[in-house]
Amino acid sequence: MAGSPTAQPRLSARGLDFHYGDVHAVRNVDLDIPGQRVTALIGPSGCGKSTLLRVFNRIYALYPGQVASGRVLLDGEDILDRRYPIDRLRSRVGMVFQKPVPFPMTIFDNVAYAIRHHERLSRADMESRVEQALRQAALWDEVKDKLRRSALGLSGGQQQRLCIARAVALRPEVLLLDEPTSALDPISTSRIEQLVEELKRDYTIVIVTHNMQQAARISDYTAFMYLGELVEYASTETIFSNPGKQQTEDYITGRFG
Amino acid sequence: MAHMNTQPHDHIVRSYDEEQKRLVAEIVRMGDMAVAQLEAALDVIERRDDRAAARIIDNDEAIDALEHELSHDVMRLALRGPMARDLREILAALRITAAIERIGDYAANVAKRSVTLNLSPPLPQVRGLSSLGTLAVQQLRDVLAAFRDNDADAARRVRARDAELDAQYTSLFRELLIYMMEDARSITPCTHLLFMAKNIERIGDHATNIAEHVWFRVHGDDQLPPRDKRDHSNLPG
Repeated sequence: MAGSPTAQPRLSARGLDFHYGDVHAVRNVDLDIPGQRVTALIGPSGCGKSTLLRVFNRIYALYPGQVASGRVLLDGEDILDRRYPIDRLRSRVGMVFQKPVPFPMTIFDNVAYAIRHHERLSRADMESRVEQALRQAALWDEVKDKLRRSALGLSGGQQQRLCIARAVALRPEVLLLDEPTSALDPISTSRIEQLVEELKRDYTIVIVTHNMQQAARISDYTAFMYLGELVEYASTETIFSNPGKQQTEDYITGRFG
Repeated sequence: MAHMNTQPHDHIVRSYDEEQKRLVAEIVRMGDMAVAQLEAALDVIERRDDRAAARIIDNDEAIDALEHELSHDVMRLALRGPMARDLREILAALRITAAIERIGDYAANVAKRSVTLNLSPPLPQVRGLSSLGTLAVQQLRDVLAAFRDNDADAARRVRARDAELDAQYTSLFRELLIYMMEDARSITPCTHLLFMAKNIERIGDHATNIAEHVWFRVHGDDQLPPRDKRDHSNLPG
């Protein structure tokens, strides 16, 4: 594997394979994701980048017939090991999806919901945790006077930030973002990008994006995947200014041939 | 790792390839204009033709206008958010057009000074200037070909040959100094000749810069090996 980042890895895939049905979606991937950095996964549709993201919090385990083999180490512990408690994993690795899907409840309860599942907090503590999460998601100022209103009344961009608040409310270490802005307008997209920049101080962020400019703007490292394989992994500047592999260059310059 | 100099595939958006090709062709055309200006300037020095010199000075506007136009073309390509070799392509294009614009200015300056030079009787050192100019013309031709062909090795050879031009400049510089010391009446025309020689030497430097941009365009970050700088003209003569 060429050009791994030098920063201390927080999350590492080792000999990772993923199958669903007859499809071999991720092929023998080794990848070190550094802490307090943004790592972007790019590649054409079906290249395995979203699958890889979903392995990182074992969300695939919800579906029958999906099998991951190899190891994924979070601070040295193998999260694919069945003995690794799924609750613990989900609180340590948060995920935000392409389409914001708030629960049909109040803004406050959307954030408090997951916390209640994992922790018992006093009312005051809960309120401060929710506020903190909403602040971290840069949503607090916009919703502080309507916390008891339905989250479904928020705009798409606000809903996505609410989903991010929901994820950070559990104080995870890793935040997985699966095309978090593909359904948003440019202003909301900029807000999320700004947020990602702030969140990386506290979290290890992995983002899947189809938008090359977005990957170039917000990530520190970029991994290019193709047909389930990790083709090239290097600093974002290297990938987008002078990639080492022809395949990477053909993809990012829009030349796939 | 070893770089692949294979021809890239075409863009999925075909108009991008067309615009990029057009940009390269226009830059080469701009470069050819600057070469023609320099050749014409060298010619008017020998022929002592003030009217032709005035035309060269006027012609510089066309190069400036083309630079302006090309920077717009680069901006339009930049709006597409180019990456990797496409990104390097437009960065190199911008720098190279700026270098050619400067070369045009120097050529016009040489023509301008030739008019002043013609107020004095002919000097034998004009021949030295002419051979310096011929070398600069060759450097420009070669670097433009390297740019057109995207040939980094050819660009590197141009860069290496700049030392020759510097050496010739230095020897002309010394020759003129001695001449001025011998005959105070020659100081005015010789000073003009010195400036003209310096202009040509700068043209050579810009050819070297263009060579480095070609290298960058092909190889990205890769550093060119250090080169021999035999220019000691700053030392006491």
